[in-house]
Amino acid sequence: MTESKISSKGSDWGYAPAPESADHFKLKEQYGLFLGGKFVPAGSGKRFATINPANEKTLAQVADAGEKDVDRAVKAARLAYDKVWRKMSGRERGKYLYRIARIIQERARELAVVESMDGGKPIRESRDVDIPLAAAHFFYHAGWADKLGYAFPGKSVGPIGVAGQIIPWNFPLLMVAWKVAPALACGNTVVLKPAETTPLTALLFSEICQEAGLPDGVFNCITGAGSTGAALVRHPGLDKVAFTGSTDVGKAIQKSLAGKATKLTLELGGKAANIIFEDAAIDQAVEGIINGIFFNQGHVCCAGSRLLVQESVEEEVVEKLKARMEHLIVGDPLDKNTDIGAINSKAQCERIQDYLKVGQEEGAELFQTKCAVPDKGYWIRPSFFTKVAQSHRIVQEEIFGPVLAIQSFRTLNEALEKANNTPYGLSGGVWTDKGAKIFKVTRGIKAGVIWANTFNKFDPASPFGGYKESGYGREGGRHGLRPYVELS
Amino acid sequence: MSPSTVTLNKLNLQAHPVDEVGIRERVARLATRSIKKASKVEGLKLALSMVDLTTLEGADTPGKVRQLCTKAIHLHSGRKDLPMVAAVCVYPTMVRIARKALEGTPIQVAAVATAFPSGMNPLAVKLEDTRYAVAEGAHEIDMVISRGDFLRGDYGRVADEIVQVKEACGKAHLKVILETGELGTLDRVRLASDIAMQSGADFIKTSTGKIQPAATPEVVLVMLLAISDFYRKTGKKIGMKPAGGIANAKAALNLLIMVREVLGPAWLTPSLFRIGASKLPNDMLMQLEKERTGVYQGPDYYSND
Amino acid sequence: MSKNGLNGKSGRLDVRKTYKMLIGGAFVRSESGRALDVEAPGGKWLGHVCRASRKDFRNAVVAARKAAAGWASTTAYLKGQILYRAAEMMEGRSSSLCEVLQSVGHSSAAAKSEVSQSIDLLVYYAGWADKYLQIFGSVNPVSSPYFNFSVTEPMGVVAYVAGEKRPLLDLVSGIAPIVVSGNSVITLSTGRSAVAAMELGEVLATSDIPHGVINLLCGLREELVGQMSSHMDVNALVVQGGDEKEHAASREACALNLKRYFLKSQGSNCDEDPYRIMDTVEIKTTWHPVGG
Repeated sequence: MTESKISSKGSDWGYAPAPESADHFKLKEQYGLFLGGKFVPAGSGKRFATINPANEKTLAQVADAGEKDVDRAVKAARLAYDKVWRKMSGRERGKYLYRIARIIQERARELAVVESMDGGKPIRESRDVDIPLAAAHFFYHAGWADKLGYAFPGKSVGPIGVAGQIIPWNFPLLMVAWKVAPALACGNTVVLKPAETTPLTALLFSEICQEAGLPDGVFNCITGAGSTGAALVRHPGLDKVAFTGSTDVGKAIQKSLAGKATKLTLELGGKAANIIFEDAAIDQAVEGIINGIFFNQGHVCCAGSRLLVQESVEEEVVEKLKARMEHLIVGDPLDKNTDIGAINSKAQCERIQDYLKVGQEEGAELFQTKCAVPDKGYWIRPSFFTKVAQSHRIVQEEIFGPVLAIQSFRTLNEALEKANNTPYGLSGGVWTDKGAKIFKVTRGIKAGVIWANTFNKFDPASPFGGYKESGYGREGGRHGLRPYVELS
Repeated sequence: MSPSTVTLNKLNLQAHPVDEVGIRERVARLATRSIKKASKVEGLKLALSMVDLTTLEGADTPGKVRQLCTKAIHLHSGRKDLPMVAAVCVYPTMVRIARKALEGTPIQVAAVATAFPSGMNPLAVKLEDTRYAVAEGAHEIDMVISRGDFLRGDYGRVADEIVQVKEACGKAHLKVILETGELGTLDRVRLASDIAMQSGADFIKTSTGKIQPAATPEVVLVMLLAISDFYRKTGKKIGMKPAGGIANAKAALNLLIMVREVLGPAWLTPSLFRIGASKLPNDMLMQLEKERTGVYQGPDYYSND
Repeated sequence: MSKNGLNGKSGRLDVRKTYKMLIGGAFVRSESGRALDVEAPGGKWLGHVCRASRKDFRNAVVAARKAAAGWASTTAYLKGQILYRAAEMMEGRSSSLCEVLQSVGHSSAAAKSEVSQSIDLLVYYAGWADKYLQIFGSVNPVSSPYFNFSVTEPMGVVAYVAGEKRPLLDLVSGIAPIVVSGNSVITLSTGRSAVAAMELGEVLATSDIPHGVINLLCGLREELVGQMSSHMDVNALVVQGGDEKEHAASREACALNLKRYFLKSQGSNCDEDPYRIMDTVEIKTTWHPVGG
């Protein structure tokens, strides 16, 4: 008998760079505000640069909207509401939304590449998640436009009026879709303010509205920083404000609207617990932890940023998590193999680094993967903390980055108590192979979206939104129509 | 106590639930890895070096086996930069012919045994089948588990057979075929993997190639995860062999990606990872030629065996 | 009843009632020891009611929070039965409820009508207990292999400020849609409507409603609304009446913990409105894979 003569040395075979091409479209050097169906410069002539966080290069110059621009936008939206949109049948409104959905699909690759360049997210995600979901949101809501009576049985349904919508930088185009699709489907007109670090896909979306022939002023887009958003919220011409962003800003908006009849919905921060029981499918749970906290660099309000793992499997889970994390590729967002892209901005990168420091100062133990990161741009390696206490800031506060806090528990009740011991209530996760336990835990977690044996799944038909300080109102599904209709 | 009860008591069959949807999503995510240019060439060569080139037809002839062995050594005429495959896989009566044809090469001869593919024979016959193949010179034995016993829940008997076949193998390496297409669920694939590894398998193998579905990526992933857990608990590296239904070069590269990310580079070697195939190498060769020449290839330029 | 409570024929002196608030199932006076005079519309002195303090409200929140989890997990069928039982108790005490309403100025017919409407409204909402979720929940057809459904869950502790126009009906029409979904509630009744609230408390205390689920306070609106809107362990505030200034201040204070805030309009056309149940519930959406 011959012994095996085959080499037993493992190969170091790996993946070569596989960049998505960005040569099939051209960004403009500068973009104006989208008011009343036309791109116009800011009244002040002011502009600001939007940069690629992966290489710190300027992508385009964008108009900086001031108070007067906001006023023009709201007036354009009001005019469109009074003269066109509120009078149009739901069926016709729906057809515009269908057109928009189709054009997003047609321009999908361009939108995905721009999204990754402007925001830093990996192309795999913008291509497979953000852009298809954005199109799906318009498709879904298009069909509601002429069926609203069935969504609210026993009521007569009408639009609210002009909606001011402010969206964050973590899912730029997807948030446009979440906000604009239900608003337009229900017969409202919109003034949208995208985040200052990621305005480009909202501006491309404005082009799409032109291409779709959407009546002038039904959708308006004003770019700018926080002050532009504040001016929008302050504007007396709004009937409705919808905001997605931090809890602090959400509270400030509620205060500033206190004396007005303006309706408000808020989708704010979170600090979700992802609970792993010993009887879970552990390997899939580990994958769920990865999706929970490292999806979109952890820039996700519903991220599973607190891992609660049952004591008996803690060692196994942590060991497997480490091994899995070492395979996460951090780097060029446009590379098709990149798992974790660039942190969205310098400010956010510094904020996360600060939390990494705070966590260690509080006595927690930091683990970071060994992967290489590029020299230019803003990067954080996938990270987690062990030996954390419920009182630590890294457990209590939303970090909004690829940083996980790991705690263990013994009993189901202890897990629930820890999961709910937070002012937030946006999302939660539970992993167990036992059906009855799933329902006990999903009922017990005080949060608006619960993922059982999965995490970070989204769908236009699925309502999304929080309990407690994670905000109020829902986006998506039949429930997501409620914030955009007047019932009588 | 019957031998099978003794064996059963030695097994440590912890529950390892598998979530089918989670597995599918992981497979889909792994499949988004983009393998281009140098990485693709290197990967395809690596995959070719891992192939168990197989012929398992009732109509196999000594001549066909010899041709297969020639192909195993020289995958494509005119290319000197290609590896030899890892092994050829034949029926026991063809082992001697293959050994002779492969003399002087490192290529291993694997024989299917234990009443392949059904396993529907008494244990004594299966053991005799094994001993015969080993005596004929097989370096490796690919056995099938008794699916009937397994599905009936008689895990002790399944394990006991593996233990005894392993004994009959002597120094020959044992690959245990689970025939996942007959097991029905991923949970059972996991359980069968655990039984096989604990009973002495050197490799676990998905399929005979006679039943569909065979080596689906989902099944491969579940088996790789089982191997990973076994290694974590015992320090023993068990090999993996997907076989059957691996249609093209892309699927082969996806297997390498899976092995790399689930088990790590240590498993990227023919001594721990094999791909059972008969037609697959030609598609990989066509891809390699396309990378070299820049021109898409046609099947008429590649020998079928 | 004669002027002095002296029964003309027997010469017996009436035993008067001390109006107490209902907190955690117990009848209590204000911990502050303060009381308010209640007068009939003509100026006739009717007696004292408690002037609840911020501490009374805090105690009520503690009681309501303690009761909330149990009430929330009570089956819908049982919640319906318990609310129906409360309606039965009201029916049994309808004459005394009528008397109280008459004492604060209702005509006999108006009192009778308001009591009947209040009872019927409670029966109406009792019937919603095991139905509203079927109307307002959903199974969502997501485009991936997941079972996805949305259910309502009670918010927890809700504060409710009742208007004064319909002393009994404004209270019941506020309480019913709040508690039917499993919230516990702390109500504030003001002015002379307080006596009707306290009378209702005696009915509820003898019903099967678990202690702490419904807590009835009375006092001064301007003194307590600010406490209700700013308390960090209250999940929602529903108010009837009040002026714009109060509403603005409440809405601002509610931002402290993002308490949900709703204005409840007054009027019989919106008493029966199952959509009001939706004001004080959250929507929870659950995903689970479908696999083998």
